[in-house]
Amino acid sequence: MVTLRINGDEMSLDDVDPTTPLLWVLRDHLGLTGTKFGCGMGQCGSCTIHLDGRATRCCVLPIRDIDGMSVTTIEGLSEDDDHPLQEAWVEAGVPQCGYCQVGQLMSAAALLADNDEPSDDDIDRAMSGNLCRCGTYTRIRSAIHAAARAMR
Amino acid sequence: MTTTSIDPAPQGVMNVSRRGFLGGLVGAGSFVLGASWPLASARAASVNEAFAPNVFLAIAPSGVVTIIAHRSEMGTGIRTSLPMVVADELGALWERVTIEQAPGDRSFGSQNTDGSRSIRRFYDVMRVAGASARNMLERAAAARWNVAHTECTTRGHEVVHESTNRTLPFGDLVADAIALDPPAAEDLRYRTRSELNYVGKGVPITDGQDIVTGRATFGIDATLPGMKYASIERPPVLGGTVRAYDATATLAVPGVERVIELSSSTAPHAFKPLGGLAVIGTSTWATLRGRQALEVEWDDGANASYSSETYDAALLASAQAGGRVVRDEGDVDAAFADATRTVEANYELPLLSHAPMEPPCALARVTDDLCEVWAPTQNPQTAQDMLAGEFGLSRDQVVVHVTLLGGGFGRKSKADFVVEAARLAREVGAPVKVTWTREDDVRHDYYHAVSALSMKAALNGDDDVTALRMSTAFPSISTTFDPTARHGSDGELGQGFSDVPFAVPNIRVENGEARGHVRIGWLRSVANIYHAFGVSTFVDELAAARGRDPFEHWLSMLGTDRDLALGDFYSNYGEPLERYPYDIKRLRAVGQLAADRAEWGRDLPRGRGLGFAAHRSFLASVAVVAEVDVTQDGQLTIPRIDMAVDCGLAVHPDRVRSQMEGAAVFGAGVALAGEITAKDGRIEQSNFHDYKIPRIYEAPQDVRVHLVESGELPGGVGEPGVPPIAPAICNAVFAATGKRIRRLPLARHDLSWS
Ligand code: FES
Ligand code: FES
Repeated sequence: MVTLRINGDEMSLDDVDPTTPLLWVLRDHLGLTGTKFGCGMGQCGSCTIHLDGRATRCCVLPIRDIDGMSVTTIEGLSEDDDHPLQEAWVEAGVPQCGYCQVGQLMSAAALLADNDEPSDDDIDRAMSGNLCRCGTYTRIRSAIHAAARAMR
Repeated sequence: MTTTSIDPAPQGVMNVSRRGFLGGLVGAGSFVLGASWPLASARAASVNEAFAPNVFLAIAPSGVVTIIAHRSEMGTGIRTSLPMVVADELGALWERVTIEQAPGDRSFGSQNTDGSRSIRRFYDVMRVAGASARNMLERAAAARWNVAHTECTTRGHEVVHESTNRTLPFGDLVADAIALDPPAAEDLRYRTRSELNYVGKGVPITDGQDIVTGRATFGIDATLPGMKYASIERPPVLGGTVRAYDATATLAVPGVERVIELSSSTAPHAFKPLGGLAVIGTSTWATLRGRQALEVEWDDGANASYSSETYDAALLASAQAGGRVVRDEGDVDAAFADATRTVEANYELPLLSHAPMEPPCALARVTDDLCEVWAPTQNPQTAQDMLAGEFGLSRDQVVVHVTLLGGGFGRKSKADFVVEAARLAREVGAPVKVTWTREDDVRHDYYHAVSALSMKAALNGDDDVTALRMSTAFPSISTTFDPTARHGSDGELGQGFSDVPFAVPNIRVENGEARGHVRIGWLRSVANIYHAFGVSTFVDELAAARGRDPFEHWLSMLGTDRDLALGDFYSNYGEPLERYPYDIKRLRAVGQLAADRAEWGRDLPRGRGLGFAAHRSFLASVAVVAEVDVTQDGQLTIPRIDMAVDCGLAVHPDRVRSQMEGAAVFGAGVALAGEITAKDGRIEQSNFHDYKIPRIYEAPQDVRVHLVESGELPGGVGEPGVPPIAPAICNAVFAATGKRIRRLPLARHDLSWS
């Protein structure tokens, strides 16, 4: 039996096939559909969550490998939808279709937790695993800078 | 600045409050208005669009204004922009507007969200809807005050009587307005540009907050109690069938419940599901594991002969041979016979896949007399029709709920994935959600056509260009609907090819034959992608051959300012040329604006270069200056893109900008690495590791969008940014390295220099 702490709550996943990637446990078993499926092979970042605070692609992460670990999803990123990145994202009008944006935000949040004044290169490195087919990259970069300023 | 004219006059506005058109969407007792609108162009009319009521708004006694978004939201912001037009004409406060997404229903007019048409087809309709409602509220208030309604106006969700400073909130007038007859067309008054608060300025997109909190509901997020999951192994070759299969191991996977064989699609494949073997289970993961364990033998059928290597060579030969003459002016053969010299080049572009970040998916529930689906569809009415036909139901027994789309780009206007879910739901007797994997998506798309172009110019003793002979060949979208089709449609050929705008006395445009072996569909800007690449690269090659600056040379090729005269072969995106002329002056102006803002001609070190391309499509013109940086060992980056845009009136300028920024990345994807190939009928790519789309560090680093201030009729926005990007990038590569790119993508080429 696998136990995870998800957005602060202890969850025992007794009747879930332990080979199931965390992505599908979140989406199908727990109804946390904010985390998205885009490729299923760690290529696109749509499924980015925080695993013990680190940005992680959870589509290729069987839950049996992360027993006892702590998971944060978009649903747990902020108390009142007020993470500076969420505010900067709305302010800059970053989303187009919006599908990749949860993954983008989770990668960006992990970056800013470590680095409160990232350069463009830092951003490009931290965000390189997150594809956006709509092409919102330039706004993502400027919104991360804006959120970093707001957090300092 | 002038305002766009409302033309032709509105017809058939009716007060439908008591008719319940909106069903459960808005509360009882609301004031509901419908507007119908004659089509501007019969030539473009689809059956869907003819004289149908096509917009609805409702005002509740509480004052809440509900506006129906009837077009699909896939990232353009249309779910915000069109309702915003209604709210502005009405005089509503945006904070007190609620937006409801319409299900598929003929009452709304066409909901087929493609062709960059939503604003151009519905901007006027939305104004009629808003202005008609305002007129009725003004009359209701005027009756209370015993004044002439022409002395009243609306502002801030209230009717205002200016001279006496009296106001009445919208909600208080609902009961009175319900009893009124709608205004005659000639009594409608539209706000002038200076009276508008939202149009031309914009509001934040309505789904922004839901998107950044993960609450936004896309198709993949739809659920129903008791829902089963399905994953489908489809025939690897189009038209292939299951010869034999063994599902023993699949059925042993925990959570797998059934394997269902679906009949294979036969040509014409149109929007039909492909068939295959569906694994049904209690979770997505169970179905994916079940599929892995499946053993299938396929009969591949005739398309197994299809391999890109041989096909592409034949396609180029077909382009060179030409055949069907589409446009013929002057005497091209005589001009070539008299030429002092000629310039010739061929261009080749591969198949492309849409790869929206949300793959195709749908949820369905089917009973004997009701079929309900939830799907990220660009075209709910076609889905509705197909499902009605599938189950022998009437249209009102089929409800297509439109979710948000995690990208569409043309892929999600086909209903194949929706029908899959419904077939399985009926077979299983429970709600079923079908989710395509990325591999399914890349291998079974409606691909953007592979293409080949042959371009030739004749020059005389003065080095004037005296003739152009241009030929294109590509498997037409028509092949998806008619397997005997061999030529492009007028629509495809008119996407940047038969409408070549250059002032050359002798021009012949031809189209060679090509067959389809995979489903060919439309992808963001469609045939403009390859035609703009061929034309804009060739004109750059001509400049080089003539020793001229590429931008100055392009300007000179345009000739005098005029409306381009084009014959019956040209469909102008379904609009008459009198209404939306091909205006050389406007095209020239965007070119100049891009060149000015990009500081065309600025000094750059070796390995850096600027490239220019400009293209009119979907009734908008976009000019691009791309700056590339190529290291000596051939690593390419795109530090900057300048895009000048004339789309007529920019209803929501920020969303126009965001579409252009996105188009720069989409176009860069076409240039850099986008390539789908087939071998023995099977698509060779499968996921983002081998079908590469730009990552943040590969995409243009700085995209500067320069909008032409315009009060002209709105043109398209979603697509026109894409076509000039790839040729501008490749022309910049030539400027930087001297290497001419005639075959995309760039990933095929060694760009190193010394
Ligand atoms: S879905 Fe996990 S990286 Fe793409
Ligand atoms: S906003 Fe659509 S994929 Fe990123």
